[in-house]
Amino acid sequence: MSIAITTQFICFTVLSLVVITGALGVVLLESIVYSAFLLGGVFMSVAGLYLLLNASFVAAAQVLVYVGAVNVLIIFAIMLVNKKEDLKPINDIKSRRIISTSICLTLLSLLIRVDLTNVWSLSSPQTSIGEESTIRIGEHLFSDYLLPFEVASVLLLMAMIGAIVLARRDVMSKDISTGLPVDQELIEKSSEPLLTNKN
Amino acid sequence: MEYGLDLEYSFNEFLKGFGLSSEIAHIIWLPLPMLLVLVAAVVGVLVTVWLERKISAAAQQRIGPEYAGALGVLQPIADGLKLLVKEDIIPAKADGILFTAGPILVLIPVILSWLIVPFGQNLLISNVGIGIFLWIALSSIQPIGLLMSGYASNNKYSLLGGLRAAAQSISYEIPLALSVLAIVLMTNSLSTIDIVNQQSGAGILSWNIWRQPVGFIVFWICALAECERLPFDLPEAEEELVAGYQTEYAGMKFALFYLGSYINLILSALLVSILYLGGWGFPIPVELIAKFLNLPINAPFIQVFTASIGIVMTVLKAYLLVFIAILLRWTTPRVRIDQLLDLGWKFLLPISLANLLITAGLKLAFPQFFGG
Repeated sequence: MSIAITTQFICFTVLSLVVITGALGVVLLESIVYSAFLLGGVFMSVAGLYLLLNASFVAAAQVLVYVGAVNVLIIFAIMLVNKKEDLKPINDIKSRRIISTSICLTLLSLLIRVDLTNVWSLSSPQTSIGEESTIRIGEHLFSDYLLPFEVASVLLLMAMIGAIVLARRDVMSKDISTGLPVDQELIEKSSEPLLTNKN
Repeated sequence: MEYGLDLEYSFNEFLKGFGLSSEIAHIIWLPLPMLLVLVAAVVGVLVTVWLERKISAAAQQRIGPEYAGALGVLQPIADGLKLLVKEDIIPAKADGILFTAGPILVLIPVILSWLIVPFGQNLLISNVGIGIFLWIALSSIQPIGLLMSGYASNNKYSLLGGLRAAAQSISYEIPLALSVLAIVLMTNSLSTIDIVNQQSGAGILSWNIWRQPVGFIVFWICALAECERLPFDLPEAEEELVAGYQTEYAGMKFALFYLGSYINLILSALLVSILYLGGWGFPIPVELIAKFLNLPINAPFIQVFTASIGIVMTVLKAYLLVFIAILLRWTTPRVRIDQLLDLGWKFLLPISLANLLITAGLKLAFPQFFGG
């Protein structure tokens, strides 16, 4: 085995181990903050797998979008609502866990079946396009994948406008969570009085 | 590549002379440029810290460090040694794992980004095709480390500082990426080598700063904001937040933050000089001078000479920008958080979008000036 292939094999083993254990940690850990940070680690390792497949642009895009945007926003949201109290205990937690585990196992068996039945080897030996891939991705995005690309951007725009409408108090006349009429004067002002009456 | 020095090739040939296989030679070669760049980055930090102390002293009509070495040049080393031997404290109620991982996550992406900084035609660690995009992707990891250390410190000032740092970093990344995109549009390539070569036609006249003046200013403002330098040092605003996410850190962990922020400053200055100021190019093209003096451009000594001129020019341009950054730090007041976000989202973002659109239009109208 040459040194290049050995290095590739070691990298692949380490990255897949990190992906699997990290993903299990995201689901199984009690602390939501640890889950969020582990999710970032999983995204990074997936980017590493893309790198091993000679898809450097996809790997960098994965880091930029999933780690730099999605994961940061998740952590941000967790920290803004950071409460030290424990979650309420749920009565039928056991049956819920059994149901979700069985659904996940079914999905897993489906994926394994696809993996085993599909023919993965390419019919003609194709040379890797490597650095050319950035140009190819651009060409595809602006020709045969133009419609999905644009639909995705319209979807994101809709989500953004929705979020702005929910966040801005002067659009709605009532507070969504409490139902109280909102204060139109100051957006920064707390919706409840800060000091309770002394008497 | 025929033109330029190829140290890797000559080094491998040299080792093969001792009867080593080419793979072993490659493995021995691999760590060398990385170590060299790491050492260069750390020395760059020491120089910047000394400059910061001296220039701030001059701005405040003081003398500054004077007794550690001539003109106090050993002062940054004394600072570093002090941090090295300080006790490493983890606060009792802090989260030990995240508290340790935070500074590491802040530092690693910054050092990795040095992968794409070229000091000459072949003088960089790796000419990866995605080049400048790699830097944008890597710099987006940093906020996670900041949030992590802010959260793990178990301190309200730290948490606020971490949240501010992440918000600032996210909002300034977009105009930054858009102004890089305008450059990439003119170059037709993401590689930093191609970006510099595209500006090397007519010396100082062909630098991108003349074709992208708006992009240059937007990029510089955003780079300062990404480095959390004053006027944008809100995450560690000492009057409001003690020291932001760094409040609970001491010893080597604090030194990692310190090192990270200065390496990031030098990296940003280097990237500004690569993207807008012609990288390693001399203001008058070296080829023209060689032709004028009737010297052969491919002779070994001329090659070594041009390579050293390239390194000197890159470092000189970068340190001019570092000087401006230090001067800005000691002469401007800090912006408020709402002013910071207003500037990012309502001013820089529309301007950089318009800049991108105009660049695309100019590229179609004058392909010979704006890259065909």
